[in-house]
Amino acid sequence: MQKVLHINPDKCTGCLQCEMACSFENYGTYATSKSRIKVFDFHHTGKKVPYTCTQCDEAWCLHACPVEAITVDKMTGAKVVNETTCVGCKVCTIACPFGTINYVQETGKVQKCDLCGGEPACAEACPTAAITFIDANWTGMDKMKQWADKLGNQPSAA
Amino acid sequence: MSWAGKILRVNLTAGTVKTEALNTEWARSYIGSRGLGSKYLVTEVDPKVDPLSPENKIIWATGPLTGTMASTGGRYTVITKGPLTGAIACSNSGGYWGAELKMAGWDMIIFEGKSPKPVYLYINDDEVELRDAGHLWGQSVWKTEEVLKSSLQDPLVRVSSIGKAGENGVLYAAVVNDLHRAAGRSGVGAVMGSKNLKAIAVRGTKGVGNIRDPKAFMKTTFEKKKILAENAVTGQGLPAYGTQVLMNVINEIGALPTRNHRDVQFEGAKDISAEAMVTPRESDGKKHLVTNQACFGCTIACGRISKMDENHFTVKNKPQYWGANGGLEYEAAWALGAANGVNDLEALQYANLLCNEEGFDPISFGATVGAVMELYEMGVLTQEQLGIDAKFGSAQALAHFAEITARGEGFGKEIGLGSARLTKKYGHPDLSMSVKGQEFPAYDGRAIQGIGLAYATSNRGACHLRGYTIASEVLGIPVKTDPVESEGKPELVKAFQDATAAFDSSGLCVFTTFAWGVADLAPQLQAACNEEFTTEELEKIGERIWNMEREFNNAAGFTAKDDSLPKRLLTEAAKTGASKGMVSKLPEMLPKYYAARGWDTEGRPTAETRARLSL
Repeated sequence: MQKVLHINPDKCTGCLQCEMACSFENYGTYATSKSRIKVFDFHHTGKKVPYTCTQCDEAWCLHACPVEAITVDKMTGAKVVNETTCVGCKVCTIACPFGTINYVQETGKVQKCDLCGGEPACAEACPTAAITFIDANWTGMDKMKQWADKLGNQPSAA
Repeated sequence: MSWAGKILRVNLTAGTVKTEALNTEWARSYIGSRGLGSKYLVTEVDPKVDPLSPENKIIWATGPLTGTMASTGGRYTVITKGPLTGAIACSNSGGYWGAELKMAGWDMIIFEGKSPKPVYLYINDDEVELRDAGHLWGQSVWKTEEVLKSSLQDPLVRVSSIGKAGENGVLYAAVVNDLHRAAGRSGVGAVMGSKNLKAIAVRGTKGVGNIRDPKAFMKTTFEKKKILAENAVTGQGLPAYGTQVLMNVINEIGALPTRNHRDVQFEGAKDISAEAMVTPRESDGKKHLVTNQACFGCTIACGRISKMDENHFTVKNKPQYWGANGGLEYEAAWALGAANGVNDLEALQYANLLCNEEGFDPISFGATVGAVMELYEMGVLTQEQLGIDAKFGSAQALAHFAEITARGEGFGKEIGLGSARLTKKYGHPDLSMSVKGQEFPAYDGRAIQGIGLAYATSNRGACHLRGYTIASEVLGIPVKTDPVESEGKPELVKAFQDATAAFDSSGLCVFTTFAWGVADLAPQLQAACNEEFTTEELEKIGERIWNMEREFNNAAGFTAKDDSLPKRLLTEAAKTGASKGMVSKLPEMLPKYYAARGWDTEGRPTAETRARLSL
């Protein structure tokens, strides 16, 4: 079963545990600036929205890469950057419509979410389940259940 | 480890910035943040210095757990000699700024002297520079942050700054970061303003990477977060209702100071409570509360984000206040509301927003307005002087006072001096509900005996956060004690004060102590720093910090006489509630407290105590 990161912004408190977990997983340091998942704080509405790569099937970044540094992890479906191959040309950062693959000055390579090999640290660290790692085919399950509850789980008139 | 190991020393007079190695021996003895920053302050600053003179220093300090995955690891403190009290001031803030400073590679910043012109400090990792702030002077906290983010072309920069209150010398001016998190008390913002220092803008990309035992640290912080999540207060009450969960609870037991402590119960408490914040308004059918919000790394998320009624008289035609914004928290709601007899939730939030926007402490401000209203009802102050009919309960007067205090206009200048100076000037010093010049927070010392003692002995003037015995006396954490009972309270206050000093110094939030004891803090500090931070050692360090602060105050001229409460709490009995007929038993508790602390009858640590604590 393939799993995907599922984000529910309504549950996000803006604590940035996910960003710290991401940087710790990949760099061994707590550095939100190095995180591959970012939480956006829309102050005017009070909304906090985590955002990261959704691992497109036909990934723009993968197709744009001239040196085939981005490949598919067969186990997880993640599009993974091979740092030894990446030449830091940044074409993928232009190709990605979502901005979720970015250049890292310090390494001269690009970085993106790779689902931590199947155990995403951000989802594990999230204290409110705003970020979960669930069955790719059933990301709508919770919402369906809510509506099913509304539709058929009420006391009947008779 | 887990300290960055480096501090910045900024001489504002000379305009220089120097890097120093952190004194690791002191870090071992005082941990960080409150304790370590205070150690630097008491070592470098003459206790008798005028707080608003260039000879005073002001320090921004993080703790070893700031910027880590320990829950609530985002705190920093601002430490200086406070202008409101003349005592040591140490105000703690959350938000994201503290973690950003730590991630830039700095444990603390010490500012000395006074800049000849307005400046701000820019930090981008190792790049540190004093820059002209002429264009920011006169601007609010909110505008300052907006202008800096835009002119630095960096939306991720974090800003800690003052608004007009700090510039104008409001003696309880706050330092505010991330728009609505504040190092709120004791007037640390006024010291910043007196030095012509407008803001500190920080961008940190290095991170915190020197955890002693990362594996053990991840394991223990994960376990401790679980405790927070499963606790009724930190896992349910605070995220759902915020600190405001207390309004009705404290009112019911008759401990909600009302109308400048004339009463201990407020008939309008329910209108300004957490429950009111989630009930649709009659006016527009919308709820006040929008969502909760966490500070950096916090898995509790007690912060309140609210939206005002756009047609309320305070914000009509003022769209800048219509968006989602910070508040109300319990202390602010009490000080702006019950302390003045005002039950208009929207008016309270408006005054609270002005406190955030221009940077001043809603507790001291609200309590000072309470004193003004009492003097007005007595006929000592007139409508002509105040510019408004200022009877208790007037939301119009509250809003008016918040505006003129924020702008430093007219009578607002006098309100900005705090209740102690104001009531003295008008011949009624007994009407200032304060200790050492700093106003009380939201619990009555007659109804809750321990907190009265905690106020009287707090090293920064009246304060609930120096020893939150409410946890025990009202909530039963860690054990229930009877609030009206004074027996055992000296020891309870001491234990809370010492433990709090340790938590404050770690870089974590004291709200974790609803679920954690020092024994839960110890393994986190041990994994991050060194194995010597055992529970016993942390308790001792907490006590050492308390005594160090005390000795600074003693040297500044404070004596046992200053460990007192206003006459009202000592002689005017509570009129209603569970404590009806009671006054504070401070005179009975204080000598026992001194004895428990190992102090002489004048409140000075004995030679034996000093030796025991390696002071």
